[in-house]
Amino acid sequence: MIQLRGVKKRFGSQIVLDGVDFDVQEGETVALMGPSGTGKSVLLKHVIGLIKPDAGTILVDERDVSHLKRRELAEFRSHIGYVFQNGALFDSMDVSENIRLGISDEDRYNDLTYVRDRVKQCLALVNLQPDVALKYPAELSGGMRKRVGIARAIAGQPKYLLYDEPTSGLDPVNADIIDSLVQRLAAELGVTSVMVTHDVRGAFRVAHRLALLTSGKIVMQGTPQEFLVSQHPQVKEFLERDFDNPSFAA
Amino acid sequence: MATRTLAIERVIGNWVLDAASNVGRLTYFTLDAIRGLAEVKIWWPRMLAEAWNIGVGSLFIVALISSFAGAVTALQTGYQFTGSLPYYIVGTLVVSSIVLELGPVLTALILAGRIGARYAAELGTMRVTEQIDALESLGRSPASHLVVPRVLAGLIMIPALTIIANLTGILAGWLSVKLVLPVTDADFTYGAQSYWRPWDAWYSVIKSFFFAGSITLISCYMGFSTQQGAEGVGKSTTGAVVTSSVLILLLDTVLTRLLLNQ
Repeated sequence: MIQLRGVKKRFGSQIVLDGVDFDVQEGETVALMGPSGTGKSVLLKHVIGLIKPDAGTILVDERDVSHLKRRELAEFRSHIGYVFQNGALFDSMDVSENIRLGISDEDRYNDLTYVRDRVKQCLALVNLQPDVALKYPAELSGGMRKRVGIARAIAGQPKYLLYDEPTSGLDPVNADIIDSLVQRLAAELGVTSVMVTHDVRGAFRVAHRLALLTSGKIVMQGTPQEFLVSQHPQVKEFLERDFDNPSFAA
Repeated sequence: MATRTLAIERVIGNWVLDAASNVGRLTYFTLDAIRGLAEVKIWWPRMLAEAWNIGVGSLFIVALISSFAGAVTALQTGYQFTGSLPYYIVGTLVVSSIVLELGPVLTALILAGRIGARYAAELGTMRVTEQIDALESLGRSPASHLVVPRVLAGLIMIPALTIIANLTGILAGWLSVKLVLPVTDADFTYGAQSYWRPWDAWYSVIKSFFFAGSITLISCYMGFSTQQGAEGVGKSTTGAVVTSSVLILLLDTVLTRLLLNQ
């Protein structure tokens, strides 16, 4: 379970998070929505300890992430898969080596037979052919890079998967493929997922619950149905743009 | 007038704060790299690859520049001292100039441009494309994967390249002086040996070791501290080359005072 209480963060004079309270229950998929530049990715990086809060607590399975020591943090991160916005694949390594780095158990990491099988499994889980393992990130399309990023994140069999804008920059067809993948991985692997997105359509399709972050605060958390009937002015304003879009109904 | 004074004080204050914060972060960064030494299995293969890249990739340019430096030193010595001092002095001056100063300093300055820029640009790009964050998110240490192999490769290969630069510089000086002056091999070797102290060779290597540390650590630190996309990578790269070059010259002065007791 992930719990954020009163999390505050500022960069220079800019207040990015201003007392965020946010909960994710075990086994659910939560979409964290909000306009661009509102600190969604910053919030997600707090969960994995890549950014420390100025104030507030971040509890993951009752462990306070911002107070973990170096070794504890490394062990903690082995239970979390993080999918970066643009994949963040290591350019100098092929896909196989990229996915191998996701294997958190050192014995398994050094067992080349296990590595070969695990890379194949992870590629299959994200609908990629085994021959992709030998390619370098520069040889992959945007959609493939995102899927390899997901394959790397699941290689260590994490309990939580955090997606940072998994569909940004993709055409609608590829965005749908990624959305389906997020849904399928949550069901097949039983992982708890948090997906940062400004794609309302995808969020409604994939998530059990939604949260809206604007002006440094979570203004609403609830089910898609609760969002649809909400009279909160910021929620209505955020959703209206997409309701007017004919693709939403589809 | 008072406003202008305040503005100057603010600029100086900000500069001092910025410098102090960088020193603090560099210290923390260095300690992190030292901790990364424990993960030998991670950094060893990467260090060998980096050492090969630095060594083989820089060999030609280092040999070329040190050859020209040796040749010019020899020719200028001949020009200045012909008729006033015995010819064997050319051998003394070429060997001393190359080993004590030109070999280590020129090699370090060339490599600050070549290796320093490369490290800062590589790591800076990794920072802005979130590859360093990705490594951390996978529970792996960026220090043992990225910093330790680069710093150790530099600490091994830069002194080795300095030794090669010293040898090629002396050889080029010897050959060029033979072409234009009536200096025999016996004169040159007599001059070279007359004032030679074995400590000079150690001094040259010790200096290059310190230069290697400053080039590699500063460049890796600058790369890791990169912000704001492509422009940030450009700034880090320039910053790495300028800072390590200035530090090389500063260390050169300090080490000369300490090691040669002058």
